[in-house]
Amino acid sequence: MRHTISVLVENKFGVLARIAGLFSARGYNIASLAVSETLDPQTSYMTIVVEVKDEAILEQIKKQLNKLIDVITVTDFTKKEHVDRELVLAKIAYSAQDKAKIEALLKKCAGKIIQAKGNTAVIEAVGEQAQVKELLEGLNKIGIKELVKTGRLAITN
Amino acid sequence: MIGAQILIECLKREGVEVIFGYPGGQVLPIFDRLYDADVKFILTRHEQGAAHAADGYARATGKVGVCLATSGPGATNLVTGIANAYMDSIPMVAITGQVKSFLIGNDAFQEADITGITRPITKHNFLVKDIKDLARIVREAFYIASTGRPGPVVIDIPSDIQMQDTFFVWPEKVEMRSYQPTYFGHPGQIKKAVKLIANSKKPLIYAGGGIITSGANAALLELAEKIQAPVTWTLMGIGAFPGTHKLSLGMLGMHGTAYANHAIMGADLIIAVGARFDDRVTGRIDSFAPGAKVIHIDIDPSSISKNIKVDVPIVGDAKNILGEILEQIKIGPDTAEWLKAVDALKKKYPLKYKDGERIKPQYVLEQLYDITKGDVIIATEVGQNQMWACQWLKYDHPRTFISSGGLGTMGFGFPAAMGAKVGCSDKTVIDIAGDGSIQMNIQELGTCVANKINVKVFILNNGYLGMVRQWQELFYKKRYSQVGISSPDFVKLAESYGAVGICVKKKEDVRPAIEKALKTDNTVFIDFHVEPEENVFPMVPAGEAINRMIEGLA
Ligand SMILES: Cc1ncc(C[n+]2csc(CCOP(=O)(O)OP(=O)(O)O)c2C)c(N)n1
Ligand SMILES: [Mg+2]
Repeated sequence: MRHTISVLVENKFGVLARIAGLFSARGYNIASLAVSETLDPQTSYMTIVVEVKDEAILEQIKKQLNKLIDVITVTDFTKKEHVDRELVLAKIAYSAQDKAKIEALLKKCAGKIIQAKGNTAVIEAVGEQAQVKELLEGLNKIGIKELVKTGRLAITN
Repeated sequence: MIGAQILIECLKREGVEVIFGYPGGQVLPIFDRLYDADVKFILTRHEQGAAHAADGYARATGKVGVCLATSGPGATNLVTGIANAYMDSIPMVAITGQVKSFLIGNDAFQEADITGITRPITKHNFLVKDIKDLARIVREAFYIASTGRPGPVVIDIPSDIQMQDTFFVWPEKVEMRSYQPTYFGHPGQIKKAVKLIANSKKPLIYAGGGIITSGANAALLELAEKIQAPVTWTLMGIGAFPGTHKLSLGMLGMHGTAYANHAIMGADLIIAVGARFDDRVTGRIDSFAPGAKVIHIDIDPSSISKNIKVDVPIVGDAKNILGEILEQIKIGPDTAEWLKAVDALKKKYPLKYKDGERIKPQYVLEQLYDITKGDVIIATEVGQNQMWACQWLKYDHPRTFISSGGLGTMGFGFPAAMGAKVGCSDKTVIDIAGDGSIQMNIQELGTCVANKINVKVFILNNGYLGMVRQWQELFYKKRYSQVGISSPDFVKLAESYGAVGICVKKKEDVRPAIEKALKTDNTVFIDFHVEPEENVFPMVPAGEAINRMIEGLA
């Protein structure tokens, strides 16, 4: 099971290493990780998607995170109403007859072309995981040359 | 004030009486300022000795232990000692020198990323990057080390920062929004616990090191007597409850007493206080105490429901919570039947060994107890010697048993005994040692003699890495692989350092040797030549249920 948690941390030297080290030392799996400063430059948000076998492990992860001195709060989105997003940049190679297919796909999955050169295009998409996944599967049939993706971001509503 | 001076000023304000350590290139400014500071410094013979000594000092006194080492090899030599303190939740501050800030990351001479190395084995660590942060960091380090669930904290100070000049500002208060331990138990949970206790017929208290850390031993005693529950404890919990009390069951677990292990399997309520259900205690987890509800009191939320499912978790300080529970319990449950059953277990499965011609290690400990009646501080090494010291000596007071629990570090006992003696100079401190373990930090003899730190080391010399040999005997068809170990002539060795050495080969010499050692105003090594292949029993094989013990004797 995947769960999204977000960790508000003191923006101090080594804090990312502490969090990453905790996951590796205790054998927890990180599916994705997104880090950035908040409005207050002294703190950062880390949004972590964890892969766990059961709830007990999720509980342990939250407790262990809370135990780190630099961790201010841990929010578990599992039982909270929230929205989440991922950002994808994909470079595709296409031929003229793919164009219509691409456009239909982009429309459906809230993606757009942000650069086109010759027969390659860079596509940007922001969406929920399922949406992003659908887009990527579609694009893959056409031909993805390069792909980068952010970790998931989440916020309560 | 320069950084080095600020550091020392902070240590004094934190009430530090003694620092254990070793100098080197990247701590020269600190040692220069120590030259005329009125802080006691104990120069050990190895940084590992300094870390264990600081740890032993902390265990014996309850204060924060402090050690100091240079960068690179000095710092890495502290690592085992830091990990040891971490596993047993011991308050310690380890200060290391670091290469100059602008050289960090350059593979400079004697550079080691000690904050990186110690991240998973410290409660927290700091690299001081700005002289203006130094005083605050030292303050926070002591605060973090000694509050909540205690633990070691490393402060890494580049040598240029030790030299930089700034105004000294002592932070009056420590304020950390991200670190606020919980001290008071949730009232609703406490009510539930009280109800469970009132309705239990077969309650049993399982006490851990948290009792000692929190100073909850008097409250524990009161609770046990009020609800008439037998008490068992972990290795870290030795001394949390009087070993001579009629409700005491001794230690449980892998080498616990058989009656404690049987009793816990029969209990209908386990009151766990400051203990963490370690695998050495529970044995096979799914068959541990099947009929019992569990109340778990611990200051560390992550200890609760980590290994076993808990019915009533209470996060907070043991002393506070036991006090609350005591206040709310009007009359305890009727446990007369249960105590009768437990007494029957005690009679049926007493601790025993087969005495013989040769000196048995258990015999040495019995004699020691008979002479001292427990009025000593006992440190131990690791292995059979340690388990025998748990089984065959009784401890009535907290902070009188000093042993490496979580990490099981051979070589801990001697320097830890030294640290304990520095902290409690009026007490007799004895290290119960193995011939293997003592050789791991034997260089500290030099420290003891030079500083007149008189500790007694009782080597239960079996010529083996006995505990490993025991496993090979029982589980590897007696194929003794690299467990026979030779030793120097401990008498000559002790003498060459200026200490006293006694060799005991005959049973009748055991008692006189102990008496002589206790009367001698010097560090004494007694080399007891004991039965080589004696085993520690009872024993729960790894992964077995804890009532499935191997007994040595019919
Ligand atoms: C530093 C370290 N290395 C290895 C071990 C594994 N180990 C545990 S007990 C033991 C044997 C200890 O021998 P000795 O000190 O002679 O004690 P005995 O068991 O014979 O009483 C060993 C090697 C350990 N606990 N610590
Ligand atoms: Mg031995």
